[in-house]
Amino acid sequence: MPAIIQSALHPAGPQAASISHLWWLMFWTCSVVYVVVIGALLVAIRRRRDEGGSTDERSLTRSVAAATGVTVVILFGLLFASVATGRAVASLGSAEGLVIDVTGNQWWWDVTYENPTPSLQVKTANELHIPVGRQVRIQLKSNDVIHSFWVPNLHGKMDLIPGRQTAIWLQADTPGVYRGQCAEYCGLQHANMALTVIAEASDDFERWLVAQRQPAPPPASPEQQRGLEVVERGPCAMCHTVVGTSAGGRTAPDLTHIATRSTIAAGTAPNTRGYLAGWITDPQHMKPGAKMPSTGLSADELQAVLAYLETLK
Amino acid sequence: MTEGIADDPRLEPSALAREARELANTWSEPRGFVGWFSCVDHKTVGVRFIVTAFGFFILAGLLAAAMRLQLARPDNTLIGPDLYNQIFTMHGTTMMFLFAVPVVLGFGIYFVPLMIGSRAIAFPRLLAFAYWMFLFSGIFLYVMFFLNIGPDRGWFSYVPLAGPEYGIGKRADVWAQLVSFTETSGLAVSVCLIVTIFKLRAPGMSLNRIPLFVWAELVTAFMVACSMPSIMVASGTLILDRLVGTHFYNHAEGGDALLWQHLFWFFAHPEVYIIFLPAQGIVSMIIATFTGRPVFGYIALVLSLVATAFIGFGVWVHHMFTTGLPQFGTSFFTAASIMIVVPSGVQIFCWIATLWSGRVRFATPLLYALGFFVVFIMGGLTGVMLAAVPLDAQVHDTFFVVAHFHYVLIGGSLFPLLGGIHYWFPKMTGRMLSERMGKTAFWLLLIGFNATFFPQHILGLMGMPRRVYTYPVEMQWGALNLLSSAGALTMFVALSIYLANVAISLRRGAVAADNPWGASTLEWATSSPPPPYNFVPAPTVGGRDPLWETRADLPVVVGLAADTREVLVTRLMDAEPDHRKEFPEPTVWPFLTAVAVGGLYIGSIFTPWAVVWGAVPCTIALIGWAWPRKGNRPRSLERQIAHRHRTAAEHA
Repeated sequence: MPAIIQSALHPAGPQAASISHLWWLMFWTCSVVYVVVIGALLVAIRRRRDEGGSTDERSLTRSVAAATGVTVVILFGLLFASVATGRAVASLGSAEGLVIDVTGNQWWWDVTYENPTPSLQVKTANELHIPVGRQVRIQLKSNDVIHSFWVPNLHGKMDLIPGRQTAIWLQADTPGVYRGQCAEYCGLQHANMALTVIAEASDDFERWLVAQRQPAPPPASPEQQRGLEVVERGPCAMCHTVVGTSAGGRTAPDLTHIATRSTIAAGTAPNTRGYLAGWITDPQHMKPGAKMPSTGLSADELQAVLAYLETLK
Repeated sequence: MTEGIADDPRLEPSALAREARELANTWSEPRGFVGWFSCVDHKTVGVRFIVTAFGFFILAGLLAAAMRLQLARPDNTLIGPDLYNQIFTMHGTTMMFLFAVPVVLGFGIYFVPLMIGSRAIAFPRLLAFAYWMFLFSGIFLYVMFFLNIGPDRGWFSYVPLAGPEYGIGKRADVWAQLVSFTETSGLAVSVCLIVTIFKLRAPGMSLNRIPLFVWAELVTAFMVACSMPSIMVASGTLILDRLVGTHFYNHAEGGDALLWQHLFWFFAHPEVYIIFLPAQGIVSMIIATFTGRPVFGYIALVLSLVATAFIGFGVWVHHMFTTGLPQFGTSFFTAASIMIVVPSGVQIFCWIATLWSGRVRFATPLLYALGFFVVFIMGGLTGVMLAAVPLDAQVHDTFFVVAHFHYVLIGGSLFPLLGGIHYWFPKMTGRMLSERMGKTAFWLLLIGFNATFFPQHILGLMGMPRRVYTYPVEMQWGALNLLSSAGALTMFVALSIYLANVAISLRRGAVAADNPWGASTLEWATSSPPPPYNFVPAPTVGGRDPLWETRADLPVVVGLAADTREVLVTRLMDAEPDHRKEFPEPTVWPFLTAVAVGGLYIGSIFTPWAVVWGAVPCTIALIGWAWPRKGNRPRSLERQIAHRHRTAAEHA
């Protein structure tokens, strides 16, 4: 797996690439302007003045007017570049596009792959898989406060506003793992509300999607069976869903395929047995203020739950 | 005409000395404990504004230092999210509401009446009220912070995060009422400044002779008066949503979360220019003085100020480019945001032309003005980038924006303000600041500032969002954040030296002459520090640079009563003498009114009944304030004759 990156300067899709071109255009233009203006300032304060001679005010007027004229021309150029880039960035949008609903919650992302057939819909959390080269429409909603969806390698950000639906089209051209995170201040754990976008070849994506449609596999060992029982009868099922079991809570991330995801708690920690154990035991330590309460599981209950969760591929 | 004035017996040295004694008696402020709360002198109140604002600047700076400590390395656990969110909210709120606006208005309060040759500021009691409201707002905010109910929803307090459902507790109410406090204060000051500048100018100071700093304060005061109602509506409706369950911002009941952003930014973007324009006025004054020539392009500079103010009201949507507004609509705001660069550019070109053609003296105030160019222009250019919708979509709400507006606000406002203090310190205190310490502080500040904020541009492009209390080590943001924190430490040292310079020079600085820099404007025509009545006799003006004009004996105003607080009121356009107005005496009622209003504001955080019961003391205080005084005598015939005489001399 390539290194996880989150940068506007390493575009992996057409929109981020257009914006990156605009950035470099602006950067070089503004750098030249800065050097010229500061250069003029330095000359102005350093130059030797003729004794007793006074500078011609009319030539100063001409210089200031010329500088203002050049400024206006440059600004028009940049305005044109900005609008042109805006049009290019907005040019995506097709009926064949993949539609993904992303809903913001304090402090995690609920992800649904739309399908006209309800049983073929896929629910996951904090992780998006998208096929390379295909247009994707991300439909954004919020369940609580304003969040902002931002994966800088692919596109700029778009806010998730309660009571409204916003949308953003994006496309990845280069396979890879791109990190994003909430960009609108949304409360205590705004800092730990990340998501991962995995752009992969179309076949890989289809395989992943098919796998995600499956219900959770039945437990294969007594310990896993015990884990499932704890999940179903303990506190987990109050908020979490595991499709194929009686756990059907809707207020927290879907756990049906949690073992396939690379992080837990919206990018707060890697999805390893140790971190998962720490998270389940004391979520408030790892992510103070998170909505998940301490579960109060005993040590062997915890081990059983971990053993079961590891099977949820 | 000159002879006629010289012959006037009232201008004999002995008569002037007698008049000065009488004026000092009339205009002196009461002493003692009650006197301290009764003061209405614009210079005392102005200094109070400036000193109090810098007090809050220090507090907000310490909060910034705490944030830089927390962010100095990844996965830091020094400050938890709850405290960090309070800290960044307090930092922004303090800097915007308790430092930047009060301090630029404070400079106006102190210097506008002096620069326009007036004895006093208009509505001095309203001004005193404004100060007490400002002071109480800051004390209120920090008491709440130390009680752990400091606001934690950001200085922008977006709903629904700050609304009743998600902003539990009293923290968001504290923020909303802090805003009500400071806006009441700001509106009052803007009224005082506008009326002062329009009606109290020295005879002869027609609109096209007003010093550029005074123009800047005038434009700023109008911006305050036009933008603050928007935030008053916003904070008022927010507290109504929270206190009595209205649904202005509740989408489930037909309200709208985006409405808040429109109301807030319609105020908050002009706010940036409110902070920035007076500082540009300071730059103009400093550049004129230290090049020894009038600033090039007076008319262009005035028009630029006015244009900036107008366009500044048309750019607020560029804070909302990522909310999904239609692309065609946002492009107008891109155009407006880019257009506002033109007046700023004109100003910068005019100043460079002034430096080009003048004789430059490298005193500390000028260094700060040059620092302004180096820092502010960079912030202006990144502002152009942020005006572009697609680029803004990437860097919005990242550290790129943090870098941008610190370049704009510290470069555009703090550098000129610090230079302004160096420039006017002799006038305010009668002592010079140390040049050596001043220059050391300047260079350290310039280096520290750039080390702090330049890396944040790169961090933003590398994907680091704002308002995060921590970040994982894998993001590789650690090195640049450490550099930024080291820069912050340098700034801390620089500002400490600056502060030490002020503290030492207050007692041991070289004694300042009336006009130590050889400046041209009227505040330098009186003693350092100025007497309570500002001038004896009151000056008139024959050009834009009265102290540089060749005639040594400018006409003066005679015939104003010295035994009452009489001020000459002039006409708006050409400053022809209009009438005389007796100004109010010091009184404790504005203080008591501020206590009553403040009690109402604070009480309303806890119960709506505070508005009902709080109205009673407010009413009593206002009645006391407006109570007619004894001894309002009709103008004596003798003084009317004097008035005619003076006008005749003026016209001769």
